[in-house]
Amino acid sequence: MPEPVIQVRPEGLYVPAADLHIDPRRAVRRAIITHAHADHARAGHGRILASPTSRALLEHRLPGTPVSVLPWRTRHPFGKATISLHPAGHVLGSAQVRVEVDRETWVVSGDYKRQADPTCETFESVPCDTFITEATFALPVYRWPEPADVATDVLRWIRHNRDQGRSSLLLAYSLGKAQRVLAELHRHPEAQAVLGDPVVVHDAVAAINQLYRDAGIDLPPTRRIEDRPTGERRAPIVAIAPPAVDGSRWAKRLGVHDHAFVSGWMRIRGIRRRRAASRGFLLSDHADWPGLLRTIEESGARRVLVTHGRPDVLVRVLRERGVAAAPLEGPWEPAGEEG
Amino acid sequence: MEDFCRLYSDLDSTTSTSRKVSVLRAHLAKASPADAAWTVYILTGGRVRRAVRTAELRQWATELAGLEEWLFEESYATVGDLAETIALVLDLGLPGPATVEGSLTHWIEDILLPLRTEDDPVARRQRVVAAWSAQHTLGRFCFTKLLTGGLRVGVSRRLVVRALAALTGLEDDILTHRLSGGWEPTEDNWALLTATDVSSSVGARPYPFFLASALDDGPDSLTGEPSDWLVEWKWDGIRGQLVRRDDEVWIWSRGGELVTDQFPEVVEAGLKLPPGTVVDGELLAWADDGPAPFSSLQRRLQRKRVGAKLLREVPVVLLAYDLLEWAGRDIRSLPLHERRAMLDGVMRRTEGNGMRLSQALNVGSWAEAARLRAGARTARAEGLMLKARNSPYRTGRRRGDWWKWKVDPLTLDAVLIYAQAGHGRRANLHTDYTFAVRNAEGELVPIAKAYSGLTDAEIIRLDKWIRENTRERFGPVRSVAAEQVFELAFEGIRRSRRHRSGLALRFPRILRWRTDKPVSEIDTVANLENLVERLGS
Ligand SMILES: [Zn+2]
Repeated sequence: MPEPVIQVRPEGLYVPAADLHIDPRRAVRRAIITHAHADHARAGHGRILASPTSRALLEHRLPGTPVSVLPWRTRHPFGKATISLHPAGHVLGSAQVRVEVDRETWVVSGDYKRQADPTCETFESVPCDTFITEATFALPVYRWPEPADVATDVLRWIRHNRDQGRSSLLLAYSLGKAQRVLAELHRHPEAQAVLGDPVVVHDAVAAINQLYRDAGIDLPPTRRIEDRPTGERRAPIVAIAPPAVDGSRWAKRLGVHDHAFVSGWMRIRGIRRRRAASRGFLLSDHADWPGLLRTIEESGARRVLVTHGRPDVLVRVLRERGVAAAPLEGPWEPAGEEG
Repeated sequence: MEDFCRLYSDLDSTTSTSRKVSVLRAHLAKASPADAAWTVYILTGGRVRRAVRTAELRQWATELAGLEEWLFEESYATVGDLAETIALVLDLGLPGPATVEGSLTHWIEDILLPLRTEDDPVARRQRVVAAWSAQHTLGRFCFTKLLTGGLRVGVSRRLVVRALAALTGLEDDILTHRLSGGWEPTEDNWALLTATDVSSSVGARPYPFFLASALDDGPDSLTGEPSDWLVEWKWDGIRGQLVRRDDEVWIWSRGGELVTDQFPEVVEAGLKLPPGTVVDGELLAWADDGPAPFSSLQRRLQRKRVGAKLLREVPVVLLAYDLLEWAGRDIRSLPLHERRAMLDGVMRRTEGNGMRLSQALNVGSWAEAARLRAGARTARAEGLMLKARNSPYRTGRRRGDWWKWKVDPLTLDAVLIYAQAGHGRRANLHTDYTFAVRNAEGELVPIAKAYSGLTDAEIIRLDKWIRENTRERFGPVRSVAAEQVFELAFEGIRRSRRHRSGLALRFPRILRWRTDKPVSEIDTVANLENLVERLGS
């Protein structure tokens, strides 16, 4: 039996024919990083290979590690393997990795989603023999509403808070989710009427916003909390910050405010109440249940290997549908706030 | 219904009581009388008698969503709530509208209640599917919740009363009183509930119970002398209020339920009292000349109606400790010592089978009280009650006048063997634990299940450990490596043939996570059996 094109090693996914790793969790000589989220982009690698739009984000998050760009969809020889990157639609620059060895093709999905997102490339289906997919939201209860409807709900919440004299704090992962929230709110027809002044963003979000703008992503103007005119210090505002900021000194500067978590996990009441004990809005950068099944089908893969989340459920469903599927033994990082 | 869904979502997304009160008040102010009545009924825990079997709902939702049965079960295990799981999976196969048309009353009275008399399963399915089709996800959740019994949303009866008080300008006590008992959701009852005329009479209605607070620091923290306090046993039964009015007797439990039919001997004793008398006390199983263990009372509680044999085997008494109404007059504002003196007189008319006076204990000093408390278990009591002699009979749990000074719980050390994901707020975290002790053969045998007692941080840490140390999975249950030792507290222990250990604990809960203790030091069935002997049950 020939050696598998991609293996699981203690340090992570490994391509023997190319002698490189994909999203390894320990420092390695050479790694392809699918996207700049912390659970995929670890520090200390000798060299990083990434998509054109991921590069600036990786250099920001992992200063000092050299990043080489692999242009989208271009096939590069690495040893006996041919490797190319394809948009995964998860966050700006997020890539699927296609690896071909001896005419056998494997695709590593990385994190991905199928919903339209004005702040990143759109997912592209890549035909393959073996598809390695994530399964963060692999349960039938996870199905995402239209982002425009979510924006309507968010704006209604903001308006209600303002009527009560309260600021509104949206807690969203600083890379990807925060930019998507901004963009989705601003393309809503009522955005101007409800939001008024530019949204206040936390510094962690502001830094990423800048990198998104540099990459040509159209984001509305934002401001830092210090930039509020003195006379308006008490007026209700709208702010976006990473979840860790909740309850911090920074958040206190917003004055009386309501907070809401923006995440796919908000689909489930029990999780929402545990994470936020408050309002939750359902916007995820991962594929929902129909999205996972559709993507697997479109890949045409004869075999599906499943990482992250609920591999047990997805594997069983695929097997019952006649697809050869198996969990890819981790340990994968549990999906965190970026859900 | 749309308004009600929005109310639900608003109440569910804040933990602030004052916000909930204002949201509810605003909702009730706009709602029609019928909708307002149903809203109050639902939020105070009122249940609609189950119209459809949950197995049917589960099956229909699974079919509509195009799922295999096991996938629904996996989803349910993660979500932790059946109605929520149904609402979420229906999104896969059943499109719904953006808003739900029709009033809450329409949905309950014209759609939900008639389902109860629909005997044809095919027609029943059609009706439920039609209802689901006319709702969005949140509507389906609320409707299915109501369909399966009730919809609680972290709103207490007290909070509803506060919202009603804000709406009507009436006193909390009046509203609580009007709402207590089996309040039915009708337009007329809404009018009576919110009527500003407060002179109307009350029939079977009980008074709201005054609840004692836990005295954690002992009586030295109390004001005044021991002689300012009435000391009694804290009985280990269920709280009951006997209402004797007109030609009848009603017995109310603390949960606001009528339990009259379950205690005929107490009713008989109550009939000896003059109409216009209301007595507060504790319902206890009685053996020879003292209280029987709580497990005896449980035999009575499990029956809606009791046969002659059970009546003979497990007689029940109401141990009376307060008088709330005398000669048709509400005397709750009188000081306790006056009410007690009157109660002594009243009880002379009926003392014996069915009703007895809860004796005051003679206590000269707090040290003496502490000694009594230490012997509470032998008296089949849970500890002491300390009540300020000059206090009125208040409403709800107000600190200051009534204290319960419970004996320290019994404890044991056990090892965690199974874990299961929690429900509601704890969905997705393993929060339901099964613990084991060792038997004579050295095997681990389950001794208790416990759900509470850990901090949120500990729960998260333990959840992580459980996931990493799972041995086997049986549906939502995981068996884990027997390594983590916990100290459990419990209120009682008895022999039980239904349990593998031969023992059953009462009110087990986690006291602390003993990361310092090796598994070799957990308790054994043998030393727990000794404990049963010592406590003599
Ligand atoms: Zn990610």
